[in-house]
Amino acid sequence: MRFMIIRKADSETEAGVMPTEEQLRTMTDYNEEMLKAGVLVAGEGLHPSSRGMRVSFRDGAPTVTDGPFAEAKELIAGFTMIEVRSREEALEWVKRWPEENVDLEVRQVFAAEDFGEAFTPELQAREEHMREELGQP
Amino acid sequence: MTTTAAVEAVWRMESAKVIAGVARLVRDVGLAEELAHDALVAALEQWPSAGVPVNPGAWLTTVAKRRAVDHLRRQQVLAAKLAEIGPEQAADDRKGVQVDFDAAFEHDIDDDVLRLIFTACHPVLSPPARAALTLRLVAGLTTDEIARAFLVPSTTVGQRIVRAKRTLTEARVPFELPPRGQLGDRVASVLEVIYLIFNEGYAATAGDDWVRPELCADALRLGRVLAELLPDQAEVHGLVALMEIQTSRLRARVDEAGRPVLLMDQNRSGWDRLLIQRGLRALRRAEDLGGTLGPYTLQASIAACHATASTPEQTDWQRMAALYDALSQVAPSPVVELNRAVAVSFAFGPEAGLEIVDALDDEPALRRYHLLPSVRADLLARLDRNGEARAELQRAAGLTDNERERALLLARTAALSSERPGAQ
Repeated sequence: MRFMIIRKADSETEAGVMPTEEQLRTMTDYNEEMLKAGVLVAGEGLHPSSRGMRVSFRDGAPTVTDGPFAEAKELIAGFTMIEVRSREEALEWVKRWPEENVDLEVRQVFAAEDFGEAFTPELQAREEHMREELGQP
Repeated sequence: MTTTAAVEAVWRMESAKVIAGVARLVRDVGLAEELAHDALVAALEQWPSAGVPVNPGAWLTTVAKRRAVDHLRRQQVLAAKLAEIGPEQAADDRKGVQVDFDAAFEHDIDDDVLRLIFTACHPVLSPPARAALTLRLVAGLTTDEIARAFLVPSTTVGQRIVRAKRTLTEARVPFELPPRGQLGDRVASVLEVIYLIFNEGYAATAGDDWVRPELCADALRLGRVLAELLPDQAEVHGLVALMEIQTSRLRARVDEAGRPVLLMDQNRSGWDRLLIQRGLRALRRAEDLGGTLGPYTLQASIAACHATASTPEQTDWQRMAALYDALSQVAPSPVVELNRAVAVSFAFGPEAGLEIVDALDDEPALRRYHLLPSVRADLLARLDRNGEARAELQRAAGLTDNERERALLLARTAALSSERPGAQ
């Protein structure tokens, strides 16, 4: 299962304050732990919204608004993508996030297993056969 | 979310490290797993009321470690073990001073996990035994989960694991990294197991046509772990690249009714771009390490060739033919030859392909393999030799066990019959 950990923006990320060496180190350690566990699949940090733009489509030509945008906590500052076996495991990783005073949002990403669960008749037959073998209903 | 579910999740994340750390003390993976399991039982008893500790991994390690030390004391071998760790600590322990087991334990957990992987995949064990043991000890799966994944009864898996542990003990397999001279072979033995697990999820066995994505994900995860532990081994990255790229197609590989979709007919927009990118990056890592490309890296290169073509027509068949040529040198097999024939036929014309296929005629391994006449039929049809092509298709239909495949082959025979022989 793939999950996206969304790191919400705050006044510091929006002001473009770069992380301290210590913050950088703990984040690197965290990422390395996930890498070594075979869990980390992608991740990026984002520039402040002052360097972004919004595009809205409302019957007609797209309207473009340049950043910055208000309400920092509705914005995102980065994301980390992890591949884990369960929702619980995703949560356990998220709980180890090394920053304080931060808001994270965790969302599941559509992936192969959301499509591949179609049980074929052959598979069902084999499952039933297996149950017979085990003497289970 | 229940505490039990949280405990299980933590177990899967931490069990390999806990088992590996304990195994370094007790030098027996079977015993190490039992002691680590005691820690899990303690967690299941205590966490629901006391709450999940802030650092659950450290908690499990501490408890398992304590059990290991108790065990060693009982075995009266602690002093000897400690002497291996350090003479001062052994002396301290005799004096009754609290020994700093943390220091001994924190040693190098990466190496311990690597030792665990090499032990679970030791060549004294059969590949299926290695696969079961690896999923259990390294991937943290339960016996039931492994049984479900392999579609065999739980008792079978349980027995397989017990026997495997006993074999390791009886063969006195040391909990060590392989000696330098054996590293290549031992890595190959690990890669074989990971790819076996992957294929169990990915490649349908004869007559079956489904995928089990979770098993693919477990194998991929094991591969990714190994790539970080053995960054200098090109074939590890080659296998990871191969699995990343093959997994990228899982979604497109089966249609809504669960029927398999051949690579050339797949909707390429359904391929997982993130996994393709990861696969290409792993492939570069393998190539950058230099040396002759091994079989996994070559297969990954072939998979990459498909992955980077945005339409089937854009496939670089000349490169594909060269890659199959290289693969048939390092890992010769009749099936590789047959694939090479297809690549060559698209790169240099059906006649060149047919020449390779004809040379496979007496190959005993392919005598009952329906794809041989099926490929030949394709090539003959492309050469307008429709009569011969029909005969080959009928031969192929007679050889396959898969109903859907047979129907497909007979439909192709009928289509050829309706064409005028020799028609352009």
